[in-house]
Amino acid sequence: MTLQVRTPRRGASSGIRRGEGVAGWIFTAPVILILGVFLFIPVLMALWVSFSDWSGRGSPLSPSVGFVGLDNYAAVTTGGGLAERNFGIALRNNAWYVLLVVPLQTALALFLAVLVSRAILRGRGFFRTAFYFPSVTSSVAITVLWLFLFSTTGVINEVLSWVGIAGPNWFNEPEGIIHAALASVGITSGPEALTSSGFLGISWWEWLAGPSFAMSAFILMAIFTTSGTMMLLFIAALQNVGAELGEAAMMDGANGWQRFWRITLPQLRPTLFTVLTLGLIGCWQVFDQIYTGTQGGPGKTTLTPAFLSYQSAFNGQEWGQGSAIAFILFVIIIVFTIFQRWVLRERPVSKRRARQYQVKGQQP
Amino acid sequence: MTRKTRAIAGAGALTVAGALILSGCGGSGFDDSSGDTQGGLTSSDDALDILIGSSGEAETKAVEDAVAAWSADSGVEAKVSVANDLAQQLSQGFAAGSPPDLFYLSTDAIAGYAGNGSLVAYGDELANKDDFYPSLVENFTVDGDFYCAPKDFSTLALIINTDLWEAAGLTEADVPTTWDELAAVSKTLTTDGRVGLAFGAEYQRVGTFMAQAGGGMVVDGQAAANSPENVEALEYVKSHLEDGTFAYAADVGAGWGGEAFGKQLAAMVIEGNWIGGAMSADYPDVNYLVAELPAGPAGQGTLQFTNCWGMAADSPNQQAALDLVEYLTSTEQQLAFSEAFGPMPSITSAADAWTQANPDLAAFLTGADYAQFPPNQEGASDVVSDFNAQLESLKTGDPQQILDSVQANLEAVVG
Repeated sequence: MTLQVRTPRRGASSGIRRGEGVAGWIFTAPVILILGVFLFIPVLMALWVSFSDWSGRGSPLSPSVGFVGLDNYAAVTTGGGLAERNFGIALRNNAWYVLLVVPLQTALALFLAVLVSRAILRGRGFFRTAFYFPSVTSSVAITVLWLFLFSTTGVINEVLSWVGIAGPNWFNEPEGIIHAALASVGITSGPEALTSSGFLGISWWEWLAGPSFAMSAFILMAIFTTSGTMMLLFIAALQNVGAELGEAAMMDGANGWQRFWRITLPQLRPTLFTVLTLGLIGCWQVFDQIYTGTQGGPGKTTLTPAFLSYQSAFNGQEWGQGSAIAFILFVIIIVFTIFQRWVLRERPVSKRRARQYQVKGQQP
Repeated sequence: MTRKTRAIAGAGALTVAGALILSGCGGSGFDDSSGDTQGGLTSSDDALDILIGSSGEAETKAVEDAVAAWSADSGVEAKVSVANDLAQQLSQGFAAGSPPDLFYLSTDAIAGYAGNGSLVAYGDELANKDDFYPSLVENFTVDGDFYCAPKDFSTLALIINTDLWEAAGLTEADVPTTWDELAAVSKTLTTDGRVGLAFGAEYQRVGTFMAQAGGGMVVDGQAAANSPENVEALEYVKSHLEDGTFAYAADVGAGWGGEAFGKQLAAMVIEGNWIGGAMSADYPDVNYLVAELPAGPAGQGTLQFTNCWGMAADSPNQQAALDLVEYLTSTEQQLAFSEAFGPMPSITSAADAWTQANPDLAAFLTGADYAQFPPNQEGASDVVSDFNAQLESLKTGDPQQILDSVQANLEAVVG
């Protein structure tokens, strides 16, 4: 041990910066403590519960609680029983919800943002507030409003009847909209290939049922309530987009549509990522609308993993399964976010595209 | 140590410390409660916490008054709280080791809480044990232990709108006593925009037909959901949903049977005692009579619904709680509750007085003689809710197929 070389310790600063590290820790300590107690530790405890046979009585950390490995995860994904079927149904419902809400709300938010950012629009402030208003209203209040609007004899069905459409019994109709559309052209049962096999206890034919009418009403509600928030993010981003590039493009002869797709939208990429991520997370966690509105009915078609997790824990006393569902949901959200980050990554300009920009005659 | 590993170590230490604090909070309760134990029940000077899931102000006040009267009498302090989500609040109490001493407990929750040891089975300690209806006692018996005292109960009966009945030219002699008669009067009462008979799309209503056909979910401790009797019952219901004389409440645009009946969207409904309160509050102009449900191929059948006074295993003063339960389930007190908010007394000694006081509702109490109850095994409520989900599409579904899937699920929980 003679070859010890003294190197200055990383982080140990000297001179004027001495003590800043300690001060930093002191300043951040309250937040770390609060996050730790109210977020980090509960999450870890829930993780432990998902691997344990805790039955809901006393502390989950008491010695009588046993480790059961992946049993709870297995019960909801491969158990073959009701737990697996419920989880399959919940995933199916939520997947349709995400598939429809995320693109539609993003598109609508972008459309509204572009609309209210235009300098020539009169009363921009009014429209901005009007579009944003649903976002600041309590989701419970909006759910109740929605239950009224979409009741059998409600406003929506009344309006539909003016144009000769007999509206569905929205919140009581368990049939999926794709199945309903197929039934209207005479197809009421799926092909053997789809009905004979399936995933998570429900057949492929049922996976393809589409959101039920009840879920469709929730989908419309989500688009209505969250577009305002997302619009605000896009407005902020649009204000940072300089006019120069647009003017330059105009000089090159690009029309408005091209300028939007080729100039404005690429510059909104970071915001687009934020909006899509927020949308994805919010959509996979949908809970309060279901809790106040339908409690999973009709026919379990508004059951979502988040609500199922609550229900199996608090009503079914299956705490392990409830936590397992929550963590599977967590993984789903992470995977989707990473996937979308990968799709929206900054790509180097492809050779084919680069060639288009080169002045003729200068090609190497 | 690099900065990163130090951060991880710090977080780990924080976690361990926090976990210890939390487990410390949760650990108090049964083990270190300072009570003496008499006859298997704890006893101390602690005040009692009572958690109820109230149907409204009338019920809250009735329970509060009764508990206050007992409290003044016994000298034990007691406080009544109203839960806004009973299942959640109970679960939280059990998890934290500080549950309420006494609480309303539903038949679908009992097996789960009994299974994890949250409840104390005090049924056999009750002085008035033999006074309860046997089917109610059975309802709250898990693995041979009579857990808790039924606080009251309700049954389902046929509610008939008398004005519509007379307008259709029907008389009292036409009150249906068989399935065929029920189908006939439903057909007579069905008009444009109104169905003859409506009920909720759930086992908790449709199950009456299964009982009348001689079936049931669990028969002699065995899952029997796909028995031929049950298939026959669903076939009967399905055929009349198809011809439009029966309808689900939701399909006529009502939230439940009572609403369909009050709005006169249906001339008859299958509902329980609770419809009385709803009718007098929301639809006072609708005249109705309560008849027993018609008999099916195997005789009469209905379903009963009940709650009990659950007692926490972690309660430090179970002896006093037992005394309070005996008081609350006494003849006099049950009649007072019945008068205040409508349910039927769970004890036979109050039956005559109740029938005298409510001659128009006698059919509900008669139903107790042949009532079945929804399965109360652990996990059975999930099976029933899956069944309900499938019942919603009974009109287009296949009864045998639906019941086969219910049977598979039920076998998993009944064992």
